[in-house]
Amino acid sequence: MNLKFLAAGVLVLATLGATAQNINGAGATFPYPIYSRWFSEYSKLHPDVHINYQSIGSGGGIRQVSEGTVDFGATDSPMTDDAIKNAKTTTMHIPTVLGAVVPVYNLKGVTQDLNFSGDVIADIYLGKISKWSDPRIAKDNPGVKFPDNAILPVYRSDGSGTSFIFTDYLSKVSADFRNKVGAAASVKWPTGIGQKGNEGVAGMVRQAPNSFGYVELIYARGNNMQFGSVKNASGKFVKASTDGVTAAAAAAAKTMPADYRVSITNAPGAESYPISSFTWLLIPLKSTDPAKAKALAEFLGWMLDKGEAEASSMTYAPLPKPVQDMVRKSIAQVK
Amino acid sequence: MTTEREPGSSMPLPSLAPTEFVGSSEPTVVSTEPSPIREFLSKRGSGRLADTSFAVVMLVCALSIFAIVLFIFFILISRSKLSLIAFGWKFFMRSAWDPVSGDFGALPFIVGTLETSFLALLMAVPLALGVAVFLTELCPRSLRAPISFLTELLAAIPSVVYGLWAVFVLVPIMREHLGPFFAKTLGWTGLFGGANFGVGLLTASIILAIMILPVISSLTRDIMTAVPNSQREGVLALGATRWEMIRTGVLRNSRIGIVGAIMLGLGRALGETMAVTMVIGNHAEIAKSLFAPGYTLASVIANEFSEATDNLYLSALIEIGLALFLVTIVVNAIARLMVWAVTRGAPARVA
Repeated sequence: MNLKFLAAGVLVLATLGATAQNINGAGATFPYPIYSRWFSEYSKLHPDVHINYQSIGSGGGIRQVSEGTVDFGATDSPMTDDAIKNAKTTTMHIPTVLGAVVPVYNLKGVTQDLNFSGDVIADIYLGKISKWSDPRIAKDNPGVKFPDNAILPVYRSDGSGTSFIFTDYLSKVSADFRNKVGAAASVKWPTGIGQKGNEGVAGMVRQAPNSFGYVELIYARGNNMQFGSVKNASGKFVKASTDGVTAAAAAAAKTMPADYRVSITNAPGAESYPISSFTWLLIPLKSTDPAKAKALAEFLGWMLDKGEAEASSMTYAPLPKPVQDMVRKSIAQVK
Repeated sequence: MTTEREPGSSMPLPSLAPTEFVGSSEPTVVSTEPSPIREFLSKRGSGRLADTSFAVVMLVCALSIFAIVLFIFFILISRSKLSLIAFGWKFFMRSAWDPVSGDFGALPFIVGTLETSFLALLMAVPLALGVAVFLTELCPRSLRAPISFLTELLAAIPSVVYGLWAVFVLVPIMREHLGPFFAKTLGWTGLFGGANFGVGLLTASIILAIMILPVISSLTRDIMTAVPNSQREGVLALGATRWEMIRTGVLRNSRIGIVGAIMLGLGRALGETMAVTMVIGNHAEIAKSLFAPGYTLASVIANEFSEATDNLYLSALIEIGLALFLVTIVVNAIARLMVWAVTRGAPARVA
């Protein structure tokens, strides 16, 4: 009896496997929650398409799609010109959703949300601002009484898109940070301690008094963490929200290059949250298997029509309308 | 385990002893039938081919170890070619680690790995020897099983669980109690200066010590149990105290095995990744203070490998793996040399 069912199940699976289109992707961990939801919903609507995604990190995603071992990649930081030149497969960046990075801190007796200017954050990580009582922190937060304690800067020790977005922003607002540290998924931090993952940084900041760190907005929201506002390019302190992130993307959309490789940190606009970024899928321009390319293009169309609407419910910021329209045109090129 | 002898049962006479193994019910019956073993041996024909092929198969098994080591070494070298060419052997002596500008060196990681591992040994070895001596020589029988069970349980806990425990329990204790205590009492050494955030080299060493303690102590206990009782009785009969008996009769006889156990513990400490990454602070700098954050070879690979895109960066990370491989080999070689130097032609005389 049981065996019969098992045999029938195996048979069904086998026939499914034979006819279904299996598409394999790998890459960034940051958008993994929404990607896996999209892929599973899409499979329910289209039982003949199976999209498998492994969140192995942006670096791995770029490497694998460049080598042609997966059908698509995903990354939090756009590929460099060198990486594009050396890749065996030519790929196209397709922005999917946006994320943001927020500053978190642990200060005894300070309950209100704090304000930070970009150059202050940069100098905290450069070790130039070493105490909470520094007048430059006080200047952004009138009326807050800061303790005279040393700041413990906490950073991500693992290579991550979060660090890339954060250092990209700090490099834009502080020439000193750009020269001494620079922007990358892992950098040489002049001071502080490194913890692995958002959960490591958040755990350390929660525990250690007088610490300062940065985590993804989605993580801070999901764990009800208190986080600070950051001063944007037009001089306004903005607290991160999906609206603020989409506003930053909309502001940047006017100057969006055709290959979508754009950094939207420190974007113009009064409502823009400055530490925001796109996350991208890497789609091969010329697939070895036209059927797969067609299925992928169809999925991307569905993502724009239906998927984007679900983004904010998972605290990802959806693409602004002008960018969606651009992407729709680009998808037509996927063959 | 020695079985207790009942007072009434005397030792069997020597001449009778062999028959005991044949069967206790009919000890004197000598059968003319060939034994099953002899029957098997005479039936199976010539054994020469079997013997040769057996030897060859065993040789292949033994050689596979060489092959695996060589293969790993070869892959590490070939994959780290870019970085080997760019920095040469100086890579192991440079302290730069800057993925943005593509400047790499392994020194802070090598120092961090050796520092935490040896500190861990310093803490774990005396404790482990104490546990083993107590278990084999002094422990009341009723306590022996639970303590042995607990040490073996400690060895079976996955390292990520140790890491979590360290983050939530050990780090706050270090920050609020142990750290200030060390700074106050041992501050004059200069090893406990600077800010103490609870994470750093010392915390990593303590968690490593806790992790290698059960490995060393349970192996040492097994080795000490293997020391024949006649050794203990002999030393005691010469009028030694209990401590002298343990020192000359037990510890001296098992010292090679103990060094082997320590080496296994050191091996685990050198390669431990997860728990160390969670509490060491991951900062690639050589610091004097034990409170300062550090970095180990295994940690930097685990942290940075997944997001390394640049070819030179990847190659440098693989060369870090090569460095870990070489460090392990060199440390083990030194340990072997030490064992050889200590035991060379030395009979069991009083140390």
